[in-house]
Amino acid sequence: MRIIALVKYVPDSGDEVGFEADLSLGRVGPSSRLSELDEYAVEQALRLRTELAGATLTVLSVGPAEAESALRKALQMGADDAVLVTDEAIAGSDVFGTATVLSAAIRSLEGGLVVAGMSSTDAGLGVVPALLADSLCWPLLSQAAAVSVEAGLAKIARVDETGSRVVEAALPAVVSVTDQSGEPRYPSFKDVLAAKKKSVATLTLADLGVDASAVGVGSARVEVLAVGRNPDRAAGRVIVDVDGSSVDEIVDFLAAATK
Amino acid sequence: MSENVVVLVGANAEVLDASTAELLTLAGQLGRPVAVVAGEAPQALVAELGRFGAAEVHLVSCPQLSDSLVLAKAALLADRAVAAHAKVILVASGLEGNEVAGLVAAKLSAGLITDVVTARFETAELVADKVVWAGKYTVTAKVLTEVAVLTVKPNSCVPLIAEVEAEVRQARFDFEPVAPVARVISAEPTAATKRPKLVEANVVVSGGRGTDGDFAPVEALADALGGAVGGSRAAVDAGYVPQTLQVGQTGKSVSPDLYVALGISGAIQHIAGMRTARRILAVNSDPEAPIHRLADLSVVGDLKTIVPAVVARLG
Repeated sequence: MRIIALVKYVPDSGDEVGFEADLSLGRVGPSSRLSELDEYAVEQALRLRTELAGATLTVLSVGPAEAESALRKALQMGADDAVLVTDEAIAGSDVFGTATVLSAAIRSLEGGLVVAGMSSTDAGLGVVPALLADSLCWPLLSQAAAVSVEAGLAKIARVDETGSRVVEAALPAVVSVTDQSGEPRYPSFKDVLAAKKKSVATLTLADLGVDASAVGVGSARVEVLAVGRNPDRAAGRVIVDVDGSSVDEIVDFLAAATK
Repeated sequence: MSENVVVLVGANAEVLDASTAELLTLAGQLGRPVAVVAGEAPQALVAELGRFGAAEVHLVSCPQLSDSLVLAKAALLADRAVAAHAKVILVASGLEGNEVAGLVAAKLSAGLITDVVTARFETAELVADKVVWAGKYTVTAKVLTEVAVLTVKPNSCVPLIAEVEAEVRQARFDFEPVAPVARVISAEPTAATKRPKLVEANVVVSGGRGTDGDFAPVEALADALGGAVGGSRAAVDAGYVPQTLQVGQTGKSVSPDLYVALGISGAIQHIAGMRTARRILAVNSDPEAPIHRLADLSVVGDLKTIVPAVVARLG
């Protein structure tokens, strides 16, 4: 069975970001990378690969050519191969466009288990896994703090605003994992060398049979009108406490702030 | 007559939660609020929904609701939105809220904007603002489709009382999926606490690695101020507090009047979840901690001696 881990190439959260002419967030920043939250997806996919006899792990991304570096990082972590769907027509897609491309790629790769992160670190909607499950007609096991697969049955533990739940479904299924699911591994030098021999295949919309009019900025259901820089929070007063010398000022501050 | 705006009433709602009241207030500004309750609801909740302006309350029973993860609730909400001819659907932001909203938007071919802080009609077009990139930018976007689905961040507006006699409609919704779906095999609601909910609290007191695992000062200060307790990712990873109390990018995002950070260094992922607090107090022994560049009052010192002294003074 082919496990597919979904990864996104995003600006580093410490980067100053820019915006494109259509006001979408620029993806290629000074230190753009594999989204930190997707490293958890790769980690869990690697773990599940060892538990499922004969399984292989493909990492899949949709993005600009530069997104290959995110896939390379996932290959260093231990994925078997990588696929990048890249096409100028995809630029500016909203979540529905992105899900359309991803689900076509997952079908074409004949994936049996999809593992995604909890959300991207840039757009941060956290809805792509749900949209994929909907469009693939597969069960959704999302926002998992823990995931296991046994005898063709995937089981997750999830904690959200409604409480905690244990949920299960037969494969194929779409799973998303949170940053509680287990720390991602750090590739060793040997892993980095081994990854150089692995391939990154590139696919276009035509390869997937996706109509360009179904994706991209032209199909987006939302249009960005303006992006404004918020004023930075000015640093306030800094005091050094010596034997409780700050207590009076703290009490006054709390009184004023809760008035 | 103004168009119907459907509001999904918060999960586990025995009594009205603050974020639902805020959604109703926003719905009243955008049109005619229609509250949708998935599952059972006590009579008191219906009255409360009317108090915050719900012109209609749809009480929708669904036998498959508790067995289903997200999907049944989304299908139920989409069904009610169609029944009410709603042009706007409002859901509180959250892990489940965003997924429900996404699935409803997919079903209705509607535009989706998540985590908005304000929304309004500008010449018949729905326009919303959201804050992105750890609070650095505000994005203004308009929905191009006939129907709009928004998730709204808690504490984005002040709920206003707009007393109406809500028209109550009972309905039943059967979730009949055509494809295989996941099944909930056990569920436990969030444990009740006497403290306010983290995302709704006016005061949040959070602890980090600098507490060294002793949250007693954090809890004592929270209780003295009538606030909620939170924690940084480091505190969650160290097992000091449950993940449900995590403030930050992968936890809860809070906008209280007062945020107190105790022993928290202020990594960008944490700041993303509390940057919009009105006032910030930080106590951290490390003078180089990034939180000191953000707080209105920064105290470089030992929280273990300072906080108990402050709590004693607050009486």
